[in-house]
Amino acid sequence: MKFIDEYRDAEAARRYARLIANRTRRPWTIMEICGGQTHAIVKFGIDELLPPELTLIHGPGCPVCVTPLELIDKALAIAAAPGVIFCSFGDMLRVPGSREDLFAVKARGGDVRVVYSPMDAVALAAAHPDREVVFFAVGFETTAPATAMAVYQAHRATLQNFFLLVSHVLVPPAMEAILSSPMNRVQGFLAAGHVCTIMGTAEYGPLAARYRVPIVVTGFEPLDILQGVYLCVRQLEEGRAEVENQYARAVRRAGNRPAQALIREVFTVVDRKWRGVGSIPASGLGLRPPYDAHDAERRFGVADRHTEEPAECESGLVLQGVKKPTECPAFGTRCTPERPMGATMVSSEGACAAYYRYRGVAAKVEAR
Amino acid sequence: MSERPPLSLACPLPITETPQILLAHGGGGKLMRQLIERVFVPAFGGSPERLHDGAVLGVNGTRVALTTDSYVVRPWKFPGGDIGSLAVHGTVNDLAMCGAKPVALTVGFILEEGFPMASLWEVVRSMREASASAGVDIVTGDTKVVDRGKGDGIYLNTAGLGLVPPGVVIGPDRIRPGDVVLLSGDIGRHGIAIMAVREGLEFESAIESDSAPLAGLVAALVEAGIEVHCLRDLTRGGLASALVELAQSARVPLAVDEAAVPVREEVRGACEMLGLDPLYVANEGRFVAFVAPQDAPRAAALMRAHPLGQQAVEIGRVAGDTPGLVSLKSAIGSSRILDMLSGEQLPRIC
Repeated sequence: MKFIDEYRDAEAARRYARLIANRTRRPWTIMEICGGQTHAIVKFGIDELLPPELTLIHGPGCPVCVTPLELIDKALAIAAAPGVIFCSFGDMLRVPGSREDLFAVKARGGDVRVVYSPMDAVALAAAHPDREVVFFAVGFETTAPATAMAVYQAHRATLQNFFLLVSHVLVPPAMEAILSSPMNRVQGFLAAGHVCTIMGTAEYGPLAARYRVPIVVTGFEPLDILQGVYLCVRQLEEGRAEVENQYARAVRRAGNRPAQALIREVFTVVDRKWRGVGSIPASGLGLRPPYDAHDAERRFGVADRHTEEPAECESGLVLQGVKKPTECPAFGTRCTPERPMGATMVSSEGACAAYYRYRGVAAKVEAR
Repeated sequence: MSERPPLSLACPLPITETPQILLAHGGGGKLMRQLIERVFVPAFGGSPERLHDGAVLGVNGTRVALTTDSYVVRPWKFPGGDIGSLAVHGTVNDLAMCGAKPVALTVGFILEEGFPMASLWEVVRSMREASASAGVDIVTGDTKVVDRGKGDGIYLNTAGLGLVPPGVVIGPDRIRPGDVVLLSGDIGRHGIAIMAVREGLEFESAIESDSAPLAGLVAALVEAGIEVHCLRDLTRGGLASALVELAQSARVPLAVDEAAVPVREEVRGACEMLGLDPLYVANEGRFVAFVAPQDAPRAAALMRAHPLGQQAVEIGRVAGDTPGLVSLKSAIGSSRILDMLSGEQLPRIC
């Protein structure tokens, strides 16, 4: 397929792997931010092509995985409420709350629907004025403009039965939280290409300078990732810490300005809890007036619900790159995709699920 | 007749795991397998490693294949077929996968009050055409009507009876190290065609289901004396689930080359967009054949000579170190494990 196959060429991949090996003199630890990148790395076995000096660790860039248990429980409570049509992207349905998941609510009679765009939920709200339609707005900066457009349109159309359960989070504050942690091992970042198509690359300059880390904005295909690793290693070996753009075919420095304007129109920056990580200041988006009339947490009175996360699940450490999925004692035994403890084992972008699916439990044996 | 194990009164599936039936119990993945292995097999007997698309029974010295299947596809009409042709093809294919020549089908109609008569006639006509082209008769049936709102217009159940030619023994337990795995054509079209109409996704060109009767293609292999060890049609769960299931049932390792698996451009495009893996997308007219290595080139040539197998290719072999494990050589040459999905494939967020 055009624009895909070129970036999956086996011969070119091997050439890049050799270039990386030639450049690498010392051990380095690089984190890929986005779950889509993690998935590609494990699916295509990209890490197997890298020299042993390089360690890739998997960052917090899976929106499903970082959505806190508390918010899942709120979603479950709202979805089970009478008269509600609860709309979600597909991969949120299997994420376990404290006791069950959205599939279970659906099996008990809840009207839970998979949508492909937040606008589908707006259309449902228009078609069912007697029902309350809630969209579970999960995602990073990449999906925030679509959510913003949905609530903007719903508001203009005075659809008072349209609500958002907002769980939008922002990448740069999470990177800063990782870098400022005493447990930090990350020496260089592959930043999430799709986030940067919206937000541009300007936010990353101060981070690179303050923490002396190279940040390479990187795409999602095998050759993108290999090139991103190459650029990152080159900077590390040369002692540079700059923002570079590997994904120039999609990312401009200024990003997508109309999308940014829409985000600012609808959202304001708020503190957000991240699953397994805790609260990170100014790391998420919340609805600003007058759009907060569509806030599902307020409408359904769940804003004050609090849930503690299970102690055994180490997804927080996995999301921060402190541990590999296989280093978790529950991986593949007490925690599997059928009975996941944390969202990292559920989402197709979750590091634990990617390891389980593409490496199997054998990965655990190897890791020991 | 195999002996039935004593049935305990307690449900063998711990109630705490899944107190209710979930959609994934019918999704062709791990939950469905669990349901079969822990609830149905203990109750009805049989052994999990011999589970196949149909049963082969000895009746007065003749080997008869028997299978049944239910169809709840929504919408009932989709590009490349409808619930009627799908039901005929599905049941014919289950028989074919036992190496049997289909003889007769039954059909049960479960109709929803209010379903248009004209639509029913369309389904019936399509079943008639599909059965005629598959060379099988529909010999008996049943009709039930349920209250409006209790069904999606029309559900079908079909059963099929076939005769297994003497000497033909096909099943997972016949798979041997060194066997070549042949795939009969490109994958993923049925699943994407259904998803596109169901979810109102519009692509530049319509993707048509691959729904087709495979008995003729299988008969061509069997009649040519190819040493066919196992056949499996790829339905829900796709190629990946079929391979993993067979590797586990037969307790053999499989090595598969991802680059060899044909996927049409439009299916790949849709999968890229939706975050789906074509290896797990449903098919209704494709199968894998495990054949003895010395017969593999001839089998592939025979398949390619048949209109439904023109793109047949070798995708892998029974080889490797760990029985039950399917290892896949990725597009860039590294290897990874192919696993079954726990439930349905879910479209990704971004």
